[in-house]
Amino acid sequence: MVPQELKYTKEHEWVRVENGEAVIGITDHAQSELGDITFVELPQKDTEIKKTEALSTIESVKAASEVYAPLSGKITEVNEMLNEKPEIINESPYTKGWICRIHTADISEVNTLLSATDYEIYLKENE
Amino acid sequence: MELIFEKSRPGRIGVVFPEKDVPVTCVLETKYKRNATAELPSVSEPEVVRHFTKLSKMNFGVDSNFYPLGSCTMKYNPKFTEKIAQIEDFTALHPLSPQLVRGSMLTQGALEIISNLEGALCEITGMDAFTTQPMAGAHGELAGVMLIAAYHKQKGNNKKCILIPDSGHGTNPASAAIAGYIVKSIPSDAKGVMDLNKFKHALNDDVAGVMLTCPNTLGIFNPHIKEITDLTHSSGGLMYYDGANLNAILGKVRPGDLGFDVVHINLHKTFATPHGGGGPGAGPVGVKKELIPFLPVPRVIKRNDGTFALDFEEELSIGYISPFYGNFGVMLKAYAYILVLGKQGLIDVSENAVLNANYLKYYLSKYYDVPYGENCLHEFVLSGEKQAKKGVHAIDIAKALIDKGIHPPTVYFPLIVKEAMMIEPTETESKETLDEFISVMAEISRLAEETPEIFKTFPKTTPVGRLDEVKAARDMNISG
Repeated sequence: MVPQELKYTKEHEWVRVENGEAVIGITDHAQSELGDITFVELPQKDTEIKKTEALSTIESVKAASEVYAPLSGKITEVNEMLNEKPEIINESPYTKGWICRIHTADISEVNTLLSATDYEIYLKENE
Repeated sequence: MELIFEKSRPGRIGVVFPEKDVPVTCVLETKYKRNATAELPSVSEPEVVRHFTKLSKMNFGVDSNFYPLGSCTMKYNPKFTEKIAQIEDFTALHPLSPQLVRGSMLTQGALEIISNLEGALCEITGMDAFTTQPMAGAHGELAGVMLIAAYHKQKGNNKKCILIPDSGHGTNPASAAIAGYIVKSIPSDAKGVMDLNKFKHALNDDVAGVMLTCPNTLGIFNPHIKEITDLTHSSGGLMYYDGANLNAILGKVRPGDLGFDVVHINLHKTFATPHGGGGPGAGPVGVKKELIPFLPVPRVIKRNDGTFALDFEEELSIGYISPFYGNFGVMLKAYAYILVLGKQGLIDVSENAVLNANYLKYYLSKYYDVPYGENCLHEFVLSGEKQAKKGVHAIDIAKALIDKGIHPPTVYFPLIVKEAMMIEPTETESKETLDEFISVMAEISRLAEETPEIFKTFPKTTPVGRLDEVKAARDMNISG
């Protein structure tokens, strides 16, 4: 269930490169660990964020959990749909449930992140 | 159960007023008057009494049931302390009295109790001074981190971070963040305590302090504690002790002796005052002498002639953090508890709390996974992973326990344990109660194996059945 074309972090975020920008979300594993998501605190559009800084907070019936920026850059768009329907992260973590788009100075930075295979190995190791 | 408004019948009343025999005039201006009569239930006296008696019977508390809610120290609260807190000389005391001219002479007893309690807490924790003002544990944490901030500000230090292990109390990061710090979480090692190497790696000049819950939320005492406090001090940081788990170490070890600079205590946990819906809390904060000037005002001081007074004049104080002097009723109860138990009594508290937790852990480990805590102190964390494979999650086990008349443990915390169930029996439970709990947990584990599907129907014995927690959180509607 780990899409091959995406990049990943050990904190269970995924990154998709789209029109030279990075689209960020959390993985299927992350949503399943969190359980039913009840609230997503979205980042502010147009703010600058540094890699590993907290980007968003996701609340579920079990816990509140931070989403960390996988890359540094400026937030160009946030998924407003999550305000109304946070559960789309549970239903569709890799597509409809994206969190925000980040414009980075150097998009090739994504290559420093984990590949799908590496992420799968990481998940297995930590089972 | 019907609401009292649903019992209402037009014209029914519980009180018969005498005939009006004086002229009635209303001096209220029109703008302050209601446009319509207030909506009050029209019910008779027996209906009111039965309604509230029924409601009171639905109460679930430590006076009626076993309550092993991890991290919360839901021990039995002895009733003699309630009697003391209800003495009219205390209840009728106006909180402003000591601030009147010479008013402190009218309130010497109350001020002496605050001062004596502060002294007892200093002795128990090894600190140099206490403030009793914070009104809850997290309030104490915030006050404590503000003291750390004030200390660094006065020294001219520009430190921005607080380090907190991921096995600490959930409120620690929030308290540090509200006090203006950046929080860095330090992972735990395989034994369930803060990873020493990762801690060393994260420790630098920017670290204002380290907040440790010890024993931590897994019930484990950090064996590297002295090294951690020494390293933190040598890099110019301060050590904060979250005392929510103090029930494990009374009379055994003192945070002050381990090198902690700031400590908060939960009187309502360790010192047996009702909480969790049963009453307000109190989170006194203790400090080493370098931090005394920053304590909140007013402080209770003892004059040279032996009388007590309030001191508002502390230039470096962080100021007011609560109205008046904290939750005085809670202080009274805690002070009485400390005096009655005495030193040996407090040692017995911790020894029995630790014994009870280890007894439960030993027997429950036959049915549930125990990922950490070979030698736990006052609490331990089970994992429901084995049961989750059958579709029975920690939340389902919690609901099943309710039907057996037992309060569920803390579930899904700490986050480092999957399907976590944090269990803290406390010292006030008998072996029979613990054995009963073990047999109930064994039965639940057997049910999870054989008929996992029935768990979704629990609880069945409560006034309302399984609540839709997801809907409650997503579509919050509190207007009715």
